[in-house]
Amino acid sequence: MSSHNNGWRSAAVSTGTTIIAVRYDGGVVIGSDSRASMGGEYVSSRVINKVVQVHDKIFCCMSGSLADAQAVTNAAIHKLNFHSMQMGEPPLVQSAASIMREFCYKHRDELSAGFIVAGWDRKRGPQVFEVSLGGMVVEQEFTIGGSGSTYIYGYMDAKFKPGMTREQCLTFTTNAITLAMDRDNVSGGVVHLAVVTESGAERQLIPGNKLPVFSRVLLVNEYLGIQVRVVVRGNAFESFWRAQSTRRVVRRV
Amino acid sequence: MAASMMLNPAHNIYNPHDLAADWFGQEVSTGTTIMAVEYDGGVVIGADSRTTTGAYIANRVTDKLTYIHERIYCCRSGSAADTQAIADAVTYQLGFHSIELDEAPLVQTAANLFKEMCYRYREELMAGIIVAGWDKRRGGQVYTVPMGGMLVRQPVSVGGSGSSYIYGYMDSNYKSGMSKEECLRFTGEALSLAMERDGSSGGVARLAAISEEGVERRVILGNQLPKFFSA
Repeated sequence: MSSHNNGWRSAAVSTGTTIIAVRYDGGVVIGSDSRASMGGEYVSSRVINKVVQVHDKIFCCMSGSLADAQAVTNAAIHKLNFHSMQMGEPPLVQSAASIMREFCYKHRDELSAGFIVAGWDRKRGPQVFEVSLGGMVVEQEFTIGGSGSTYIYGYMDAKFKPGMTREQCLTFTTNAITLAMDRDNVSGGVVHLAVVTESGAERQLIPGNKLPVFSRVLLVNEYLGIQVRVVVRGNAFESFWRAQSTRRVVRRV
Repeated sequence: MAASMMLNPAHNIYNPHDLAADWFGQEVSTGTTIMAVEYDGGVVIGADSRTTTGAYIANRVTDKLTYIHERIYCCRSGSAADTQAIADAVTYQLGFHSIELDEAPLVQTAANLFKEMCYRYREELMAGIIVAGWDKRRGGQVYTVPMGGMLVRQPVSVGGSGSSYIYGYMDSNYKSGMSKEECLRFTGEALSLAMERDGSSGGVARLAAISEEGVERRVILGNQLPKFFSA
């Protein structure tokens, strides 16, 4: 295990991540966490924004290898801009998804990045596309991606309803990302959000201490025949500290 | 692939493994979803019913909720052979221990027996087990013994390949102080969501509620499973 200590130093920067986009009647809500990690051991950036604006009303979320994702995104921004100037009108969301897919598919053996493309256009309104690793494009009502997404498939299936309002969508997206960050060690930090409607795009940031809280029963232990259940509400750091101090109190009894 | 075939033209042009289906050489696994929840007065346990050998479903009505003692059950995930062997061994040991004690064994004892075996033979075994039951001393308890042989008591625990997909649902929907019916519904919904997303989980949802009164078993058939939005 000689490489154990050097693990993250020789690992590529990856956005082990959680990304999500949800469509509602008037627009789309796009969200992501903010952690970039190396080798699953080192957080190389805790404030990275994975929600990238590729055009006025089209956004895309990155996942996978950060280098690959940035390269593809930058190339797509350039190409989409050019396409839009040629057509003389704002580009379709489908065009943006197509351009990203072209890169992903053409270089599928070299690249390792997945995307969610979402936005609003005049022809078909709000749309969400998933452009996955090998270059498949699928349009969906909502979609999740990244390593943290596995933990929230059940939550998404249970809680999503078509026809939500903008506020419900924002809550739904924030809750989903928070739950994923709580379970996935390579997702974390703050929640970056973007809302795209006919009138334009708006970004939001929800810092760690303002994230929704899901109470957790941390410990069930028995001291001297007395069951101690520690149920804590609060962010992860606060909960852990409170649990530790409670343990110290019980020992003295 | 084309490039590598050109390099050794003298080899057989067919792969002997093509003569048999892909799943012939695969180990039988309970790629699965299992879950257990404590409530005041007992526990609710649940599992799906699919056993796979590669891509073939060897048994679509498996019972993964295994009897260990009158009020102690275990949920099995991982290799079907390994978990059956461990469960049989623990059932024997616990039965013997209970006769020696002349009273019902503790759930903690059963959990420790599982842990001893899973930890000692950790290199050879592939077994993730949730032990749950009721005893007079501590009421309903859930102990999880994942691969590697750790033992920890939790109020709610999920396991198996399908469990990844329901962590978010479990974190957001679990509340302490649920009643037996609420726990049964919570477990049924969680299993249904996992079975929908995980290819190695499916079939029917088997549930059991263990309390002082005894064990009450239920089956939710495929078409009766709670339905959710699927994109």
